[in-house]
Amino acid sequence: MQQLTPGIRIQGSEVFDLATSWRGLRINKMCNALSQAGNREAFQSDEEAFMSAWNLTEQEKQLVRERDFPGLLAAGGNIYFLLKLGVVTSNGLYKMGAKMRGETYEQFLATRNNAGAT
Amino acid sequence: MGRIVAGIGTSHVPSIGGAYDRGKTATEAWKPLFDAYVPVREWLKELKPDVCIMVYNDHGADFFFDKYPTFAIGCADSYAIADEGFGVRPLPPIRGDLEFSQHLCRSLVYDEFDITICQEMAVEHGFLVPMHLCFDPQENGWPVASIPVEVNVLQHPLPTARRCLRLGQAIRRAVDSYEKDIKVAIIGTGGMSHQLTGTNFGAMNEEEDLKFLDRLEDDPESLAGMTHQTMMEKYGVEGIELIMWLVMRGAMSGKAKRVHRNYYAPMTTGMGLITLAEEA
Repeated sequence: MQQLTPGIRIQGSEVFDLATSWRGLRINKMCNALSQAGNREAFQSDEEAFMSAWNLTEQEKQLVRERDFPGLLAAGGNIYFLLKLGVVTSNGLYKMGAKMRGETYEQFLATRNNAGAT
Repeated sequence: MGRIVAGIGTSHVPSIGGAYDRGKTATEAWKPLFDAYVPVREWLKELKPDVCIMVYNDHGADFFFDKYPTFAIGCADSYAIADEGFGVRPLPPIRGDLEFSQHLCRSLVYDEFDITICQEMAVEHGFLVPMHLCFDPQENGWPVASIPVEVNVLQHPLPTARRCLRLGQAIRRAVDSYEKDIKVAIIGTGGMSHQLTGTNFGAMNEEEDLKFLDRLEDDPESLAGMTHQTMMEKYGVEGIELIMWLVMRGAMSGKAKRVHRNYYAPMTTGMGLITLAEEA
């Protein structure tokens, strides 16, 4: 039984499927490496060298440099792997989410039922 | 013979782990969540399960898209705590039940569930948050042995909702056919509604979450018939994690009765809880 129309957007968002995963393989692979403390240090001490070592394209590198998380998602990044990039660049989930909504972090928090539960 | 004594559906939101580690469980914002689990832990202390089957998904802690299993099951005597990108949480190591795991894997494969069998597996918030919500760690570790059952809910095509329900039914047959008298709890984790990408980031759907809790109890078949697309339209793209609750439901009988239920949606995810017990 068909579960999902290929390429469909749900509530405006892309669904992470095989096409997205293939497109984002380099980005996600680099982010996956950030699960290791040594790699987090390597990223923070020389971001350019780290991105080159993981074979990112120039366009992908630019998205990382600009901390463009919506752009990284569109390039095939998976949100759970991008969160690891968020850790080493001080961009938590809620900061990323506020940007996706086109709001400041404070504006976003004001929309929540209880922003104390962060 | 093995026996399933408890079924639990619970969210596994990572911020719950952060609040737990930082001692914030009694704050005004977190109390409505953590207080709901106090009677659950008391109930489990009385039931004394020997084994907990934890149905969860990895979020990139130990599995990567180079090779991505649909269902992966731990078959080891212990499981490491993974570094998800911010260090290793200060929790006791996870004890396995190797003999039961080996039986479970044999039984599932011969029951035509072609699972990936993992003799090394590191677990993360999807597993750990429900673990410390439902059990108190003691000096010598956790009061139960655990079996991690990992489900692909990240990279579509995912297993269908019905396949998840059937996996639960097959897990029950495996427990029933185990020669040792062990008591088993099964926990289905994830959800409830959440959307973590796009302009609708943070969208929740309390009304549908509450209906899901009702139907999980009374009419799981109606949930198993939903497509992923329908589920994501109701619960959000990341809310598809709720298919893992159906694994738990499949392992419980039709006569199972609800014991606890809670719902709290403070930030970006509907945090649900339901517990089911078999009639004595």
